[in-house]
Parts: sequence; structure tokens; C-alpha cells
Amino acid sequence: MDSIISAASVIAAGLSIGLAAIGPGIGQGNAAGQAVEGIARQPEAENKIRGTLLLSLAFMEALTIYGLVVALALLFANPFS
Amino acid sequence: MYPDNYYSSTFTLLAAAEVGKHFYWNIAGFLVHGQVLVVIWFVVAILLLFSILGTSNADRIPHGWQNFMESAIDFVTDIAKNQLGESFYREWVPFIGTLFLFIFGSNWAGAVVPWKLIELPEGEFAAPTNDINTTVALALLTSFAYFYAGLSKKGLGYFKRYVQPIPLLLPINILEDFTKPLSLSFRLFGNVLADELTITVLTALVPLVIPLPIMLLGIFAGSVQALIFSTLAAAYIAEALE
Repeated sequence: MDSIISAASVIAAGLSIGLAAIGPGIGQGNAAGQAVEGIARQPEAENKIRGTLLLSLAFMEALTIYGLVVALALLFANPFS
Repeated sequence: MYPDNYYSSTFTLLAAAEVGKHFYWNIAGFLVHGQVLVVIWFVVAILLLFSILGTSNADRIPHGWQNFMESAIDFVTDIAKNQLGESFYREWVPFIGTLFLFIFGSNWAGAVVPWKLIELPEGEFAAPTNDINTTVALALLTSFAYFYAGLSKKGLGYFKRYVQPIPLLLPINILEDFTKPLSLSFRLFGNVLADELTITVLTALVPLVIPLPIMLLGIFAGSVQALIFSTLAAAYIAEALE
């Protein structure tokens, strides 16, 4: 593989994970904070809130995972190598 | 069919993660990933064994395995019922339940069973869902399922939803049919592969104790991903039915 291409691929893989982690990080923080607030206000609803929270956290996580898939494609199945 | 240097091996040196290396079988001119098929058969055998244990000498008052399997069935029925509603859920319980149990079984088979003890000439045994082909197949099945649901309920009138609420949204509505399986398959594939890669890299750095919490997280994430996949499949079918 061309060294320029491999260098660019590694940098791009790092960036794709790092940038993809920003948004979901903020979103998950918001969701978890709101869930804690909800539990503090209504402790008897904790189980329901936990279930919904986990489900929505997994959805947000998917966005980072898309970044990961791009990174993995660049590292292990690079179309330009 | 596949050139030898298709996958670059430059980056695999850090940990012994064998991404992109497969144990190829040549079946009737097609190259298939043997390690995935073996683990899938293992999962299917386990699921079959559980259901046979659960249904053989079934009692009116459940006990033992029957109890366990009935609670599992209750769980998957609840997934379908929550999304599809009281009137449609029954005929979709088998599909949604199979999706959930298969993905759950696959993720746990990858996370719990010590496959590394079995050496393969190339590639390694792992969760079948860490192969993009498996997840794409499951996602495409979901696509067919919701098209079938919509077409069988409304006939050709199903396609009216592409121009609703306004015809201007036609391209976006068509695009949605492609992004649904894409996001479904990538979500599952990425999550499972990410768990395994994290464990591999951590094990290469610190072999003892430190990877354990991540492994537990992997087991938990595996079950959540199975739940998500089946919930989303049920939601798509419900959307087509409404």
C-alpha cells in the first residue's frame, strides 16, 4: 500500500471515530441526566425509565458505531489500497 | 473470486484480531465463511435443544425448562405486542421472536463460549453477527417482512404511503426503504465487532482482570442489541401495517 494512502487512512479512521463520538456523547449525557432527574422526581417509575433509557442509549450509540464501521472499513478493507 | 491481498494485513499486527480473515469453504462455486456457518449451526442447535426440552412432556403447571421457555416466549411476545398492538401482533410473534432469540443466542455464543481454544487454519470462531453477511441477511429479511406485511394488508394501496403526506417527499420515502436495512445491519454488526475488538485490544495490552468488565459489558450489549433489532423490526412492520 502507498504510504501516503495508509497515513491518510489511519488519520481518517481516528477522525471518524472521534468526530462520531461527539454528538452521541452529548446526547447520551442529556438523556441520562434527564433520566436521573425523572427518577429523583418519581422513584417508583425507576424500572420503566431505566428500560426506556437503555433502549434510547443504544440508539444513540449506533451513531458512533457507524463511525466505527467507517474506520474499520478504512483499516481492514481499504478500497484504495 | 477473492484476490489474496484483498485485505491489508498491515494493521492487524497489534492485536491478534483477525478482522477480514475467514475460513473459506467452497460450496458449489461459492466461497462461504465456514467459521460463521459453524457457529450459526451451534446456535441453532442450542435453540432447538432448549425448545425440545421446554416442550417435551409439557404440563399444565409449568416447571423446570418449560417454565424458563414460557417466560422467554412471554418476553418476545411482549416485544411484538408493544410495537404492533393487540390486533396484529399474533402472526408476527414467530418472526420477531426468532429474530430476537437468534441474535441473542449468536451474541452470547460469541461472548460466553471460549472459541479461542479451537484453532482454525485461518480466521477464528466468534459471534456470527460479527460478520456483515449475517446481519445484512437478517436486515433484508426484515425488509421483506414489512413489505409483505404492508402488501398483504393493503394490497397495492400500500404504495400510497410513498406520496404521503405530500408528493414532494417521494424521494425521501423511497430512500428510507434503503436506509432501514442499512442502519439495522450496520448497528448490529458494528456493536458486536466493536465489543470483540475492544476485548482483543485490551487483552493484548493487559491480559489479566482488566478485560473482565468489558466482557461483562459485551454480554450486556449483546442482549440489548438483540432487543433493539427485534424492537425495530416490529416497529417497521407496525409502520407498514398502520
